[in-house]
Amino acid sequence: MKAQPIKGPLDDPWSRMMTASIAGDEGAYRRLLEDIGRSVRAMARAAFARAGVGDADIEDAVQETLLAMHLKRHTWDPGQPLGPWVYAIARHKVVDALRRRGRRRVEPLENFEEFLAAPEAEDPHALSDARKLLETLAPRQRDIVTSISLDGQSIAATAKRLSMSEVAVRVALHRALKSLGAAWRSSIS
Amino acid sequence: MAEFDFVKTSELIAVLAADPVSPPVHMGRRVAMALAMGILVSLGVYLVFVGPRPDIAAAVQTVRFNLKFLDALALPAPSLLLMLRLARPDARPGTLLLWLLAPLFLLAVAVVVELMVAPSSEWLPRLVGHTPLYCMTMITMLAVAPLAGLIAAMRAGAPQYPGLTGAFAGAASAGVAALLFVPHCPDDSPLFVATWYPLATLICMGVGALVGRRFLAW
Repeated sequence: MKAQPIKGPLDDPWSRMMTASIAGDEGAYRRLLEDIGRSVRAMARAAFARAGVGDADIEDAVQETLLAMHLKRHTWDPGQPLGPWVYAIARHKVVDALRRRGRRRVEPLENFEEFLAAPEAEDPHALSDARKLLETLAPRQRDIVTSISLDGQSIAATAKRLSMSEVAVRVALHRALKSLGAAWRSSIS
Repeated sequence: MAEFDFVKTSELIAVLAADPVSPPVHMGRRVAMALAMGILVSLGVYLVFVGPRPDIAAAVQTVRFNLKFLDALALPAPSLLLMLRLARPDARPGTLLLWLLAPLFLLAVAVVVELMVAPSSEWLPRLVGHTPLYCMTMITMLAVAPLAGLIAAMRAGAPQYPGLTGAFAGAASAGVAALLFVPHCPDDSPLFVATWYPLATLICMGVGALVGRRFLAW
């Protein structure tokens, strides 16, 4: 089935980038994720500071937001701007992160738009918990994920090295990301 | 094998960007399929273990009997729509919530009319009916399969309120179950329907909320 007709022209950059990403533009998707990552980071830092919680889990909240966004892409309505949708996911994940640090009541977070204006670049030393979650993946999945993330290999190069078809690598990668999302969730509860 | 050093957000982004465009997920279609399967299972249970009441041919001639179908239908329709809407993380229930008043309104009007036409000595017997506990138990039982289907389908969503979303799934399932059970139920008085059907619905909503919190969180 075709996507629903877009109700109005969406001229905000994020919505345009997401539309291009869904159509298969990897470059646009990468830029979008980097952009969103910077805004979510600024938002998470502000929320953590307000809750009086240290900075240690900020990068987790950023990465969880990006992964959740990726896995739940289909819940975005292409007729609506992307920003509020991203904000809802980010808020959900930041609140989760704060609860994990023992904050029962989390105040509503300020308007996301503020953080679009004050994005925060990634700290090259920022750590996340994803490392130990990776160890829960099946060896083949783990190999594919690390080869693409760490070694910067393409799908094609990875497929060749592992003597797999590109389609198989893509399927395995998608499954690995889903497992990663599930592992992250169960590490919370 | 490379040592794991998956710690930088830029590395995660590289992996996400390499993930193919995932096959589109149609929530509406998923939910419809799951609901249809759940209804089929419950219909089977109904046909094997419950079945219509013996005087069904006479009953369909009465307003009271047919009103029960309307009551049963008024709840699942808005509940299903609300549940589907809440599958989006940025969704708000909005004015759809007002449609939940429709079944309550229907019941209230029917109860008032019944109180006016029935002598007061009949009120309690009609309210208690013949098989209130059986009715409540059967509606709850018949709701299990649709609820399981709905929750499974909704796992593809990203509801901001998993408990509430699950409760709406429970309400929708209870409505579907009530619809199946109506032809069997020997009690047609609105006093009976307005007491025991909502009780069964509340049970299903509670179960739905618990299951939702457990299985719809993401």
